[in-house]
Amino acid sequence: MSRRGRLLLFALGGATLAAVLVIAERGLPSFGDYHGVYGRVVQATEPVLRRATDLVTALNFDLRAFDTVGEEFILFASVAGVALILRRMRDEDDRALASTPQEHRFTGASDALQLLTLALVPTFIALGVYVIIHGALTPGGGFQGGIVLAAGPLAMLLAGRYLALKRLAPVWALESVDAAGAMAYVLIGLGGLVFASSALQNFLPLGTPGQLLSAGTMPLSSIAVGIEVTGAFLLTWTEFLDQALIVERRH
Amino acid sequence: MSFYPYAVAAWLFVVGLWGIVASENLVRTVLCLTVVQSATYVLLLAVGYRHGGAAPIVADIPVHSRLVDPTVQVLVLTDVVIEATVSALLLALVVQGHKRFGSVDPQQLRALHD
Amino acid sequence: MSSLGALPVLVAMLGAGVLVASSAFIPRAGADALATSVTAGVLVLCALLLHRASQSPFAYWLGGWRPRGGVTIGISLSIDPMGAGVAMFAALLVLAALVYSIHYFEAVEGLFHGLMLVFLAAMAGFSLTGDLFDLIVFFELMSTVAYALTAYHIEERAPIQGAINFAITNSIAGYAMFVAVALLYARTGALNLAQIGAALDHHHADPLVIVAFALLAVGFLTKAAVVPLHFWLADAHAVAPAPVCVLFSGVMVELGVYAVARLYWEVFAGALAGHVAAVRAILVALGVATALLGALMCVLQRHVKRLLAFSTISHVGVMVCGIGLLTPGALAGVATYAAGHGLAKAALFMLTGVLLHRFATVDEYDLHGRGRGLRVTGVLFAFGGVLLAAVPPLTMFAGKSLIEDGAGRIGYGWLSVVCVLVSMATGGAVLRVAGRVFMGWGPSEGPDPAQARAAEERVDETRGQRDRTPWPMLVVPAVLLALGAAAGLVPGLVPRIASAAARFTDHPAYAAWVLHAARPSWPAAVAVDPSGSAVLAGVLSVVGAVAVAALGLFGRSLPQALPRAARERSRTALRAVRHLHSGHIGDYIAWWTAGAAAVGATCLLALR
Repeated sequence: MSRRGRLLLFALGGATLAAVLVIAERGLPSFGDYHGVYGRVVQATEPVLRRATDLVTALNFDLRAFDTVGEEFILFASVAGVALILRRMRDEDDRALASTPQEHRFTGASDALQLLTLALVPTFIALGVYVIIHGALTPGGGFQGGIVLAAGPLAMLLAGRYLALKRLAPVWALESVDAAGAMAYVLIGLGGLVFASSALQNFLPLGTPGQLLSAGTMPLSSIAVGIEVTGAFLLTWTEFLDQALIVERRH
Repeated sequence: MSFYPYAVAAWLFVVGLWGIVASENLVRTVLCLTVVQSATYVLLLAVGYRHGGAAPIVADIPVHSRLVDPTVQVLVLTDVVIEATVSALLLALVVQGHKRFGSVDPQQLRALHD
Repeated sequence: MSSLGALPVLVAMLGAGVLVASSAFIPRAGADALATSVTAGVLVLCALLLHRASQSPFAYWLGGWRPRGGVTIGISLSIDPMGAGVAMFAALLVLAALVYSIHYFEAVEGLFHGLMLVFLAAMAGFSLTGDLFDLIVFFELMSTVAYALTAYHIEERAPIQGAINFAITNSIAGYAMFVAVALLYARTGALNLAQIGAALDHHHADPLVIVAFALLAVGFLTKAAVVPLHFWLADAHAVAPAPVCVLFSGVMVELGVYAVARLYWEVFAGALAGHVAAVRAILVALGVATALLGALMCVLQRHVKRLLAFSTISHVGVMVCGIGLLTPGALAGVATYAAGHGLAKAALFMLTGVLLHRFATVDEYDLHGRGRGLRVTGVLFAFGGVLLAAVPPLTMFAGKSLIEDGAGRIGYGWLSVVCVLVSMATGGAVLRVAGRVFMGWGPSEGPDPAQARAAEERVDETRGQRDRTPWPMLVVPAVLLALGAAAGLVPGLVPRIASAAARFTDHPAYAAWVLHAARPSWPAAVAVDPSGSAVLAGVLSVVGAVAVAALGLFGRSLPQALPRAARERSRTALRAVRHLHSGHIGDYIAWWTAGAAAVGATCLLALR
């Protein structure tokens, strides 16, 4: 279709679709007035039954844990997909690299930037670990903390040390970490089947709310997801950065 | 104010689709896809909001305080993960596409037509 | 037995993780063995669940969160015979695809096998879950794996474009579903399908509920490639590797149709009870448009995989008509039809993979006569065409006659004309290809320049000597064709499908057995023999298919048979329809938006 035809077709369709959506939304309770039963039942029963103080994490890793298994594997599948799509083609090679990482500065970063970013790396890692472990207690959890944790090694790129990052975290290691996190989560779920009555059930002692070791399997699930997310995002980012910085066409 | 967030969600959905249809750069197409998805975030979170409700963390506040709905937040969390993953896949495809087609203009992708 | 509920999904996922983690260490044979055995295990688990569900459907509450007073906060796997059967069928096709790829398929270290197992987990989860949001999560999982596998051959240009089109179209379909979930959650405060259904039962269907239904239908029908949401499918099938196309056409697309049926019967049947005729009309209209456009495009193709893709679209149209009739009998027909179609189409894609292995092309004219030495392949390919033409008394015929019977009872008897046309066109196209490729019949033409350019870039999908066909690539399609033919003949199978359909369409009972662990009983289903008119229609389809094939091979092309003025007009019209399938993502999304808007607006106007 010509560009004009396409835009005209969309103008008609889009306007109608917008009208349909607005008509449907008029049946919604007005903003701020939500009174559904799901959230209230969770609020009433969960702190008693599972002793987690972060209701979102409790929903994520306990009540709706099956959704999280699916979500985790979406991440896993997409990372496998990115690795599949960005694999080296027949006519590509990795650029010949200098022998010592310190000599290879990619970003032309100034010394001040490098120093500052290197100081950030342990900060991100510590913050990430904190957010992951306290998933059931305070805002955060495996997914959120995993991203922060992955940002730590990525900051090494800003410091001009991409090769050091690649040496620290080669592709096979990241793939294994990613797969290990995913499998750990499934095994915890199967643990529910073995040690309690149904799959994905919380089967560890619940402890006191507010303590680090409380809410049963939730901290463990959080850690498993955190490991997977870290591995997955580092793998995705290194694949893309490889394409930009290292892969070149054979001449 | 009581309908405004819902109208925003409908607008984002349609304007994102417009961006995809009118785009001449595949990277822009992928970003417009994320705009369409953000319409779903706005709608879900707006549905669950309660005036005067606190965040659904009962660590420091009484267990029976007025909270916003935690379920939609979990749904949005899943939604965000889906967006990140699909965008990653699509951008990887655009990178390879650029190598193979020499362009990121959808008009120049002519390997598949009847 | 009921405690096995979550195992098919979890075991498949665990297997996928092991395969990817160990890809550097285990040899190819190990990966093949592990993937195949995990899939076989999942198949057995699904069969056990089917057995248990056939006695009495049950809900498996994950995490131990059982409902209280009809309110659920956990996720359930609501396992009924239809769902368990679909999961088992998916496992069967994944097993077939993996056995087909043994040793000879160029699998990228661990990633191919791992992704196939995740695909299996997604399809199993999709069929077994009882929660609306979970359904969408598994839909997205299935889609993500599909996008990655479509782009498998990154060396060529077409797969990259096909995967981009596929990904963008299906993602938007997913977002439409998220909007619907937000609407339904706001109205009912629930995410469990049974609970939503029960909550909607008591109220008249207002615009919010109607649009939620429309958006969910549009989302799932995009996956099912219904017109005008279908443009992505031919692109994706043309470029994906053969084992992946097997899964796409064999089960993934059918899951979209299944989901629409599930949503109607489990959630909206009560709310839309006063509008059955209107819903029926809308779904049947979409189905007929899809069936006819698919049939037309199928016959016009010379790219064998695109031809098979359009034939899938056409058959999906028939299936949407079948579920759109909203009766248990027609639904049983659709299930039988889908099973027969899935097996036959899977085998045909596998045989096309053989052609690709031997001759490195899938251009019908380029292959002209080159298949003369491949007798087994040729016979199997032709048999596949005969199956698609729904020859009595085999499986697809059994399904088709049930659909026609169901249609006739409610005044939609004219649907059998559409079904016959679809069988004729799709069966005929395959028979035409078989005649041209394996017998050398018909005139030859030069190779298609677009396909020739694609062939230059191609990296082989399979390894091994080019002048011999690896044994898995012939044995597996032969087995699938035998199953596809015989399934309808197994005594008692079709009545059991009919009884599964009766349980599936019982809306009030669904809430009872999911939320309150009731054990309702249903009368045993009786075998329905196909009527004389159905047999006549079946024979007509086969004769018509042979005629279409003969016309394609030996006759002058249809436009040439018409008088001059009509010839020009028909040629322009055909060219315009083909031109719409342009490969440009902007076009596809413009059509998607128009289609979604049309369905939404029609539902709003017709269902008030």
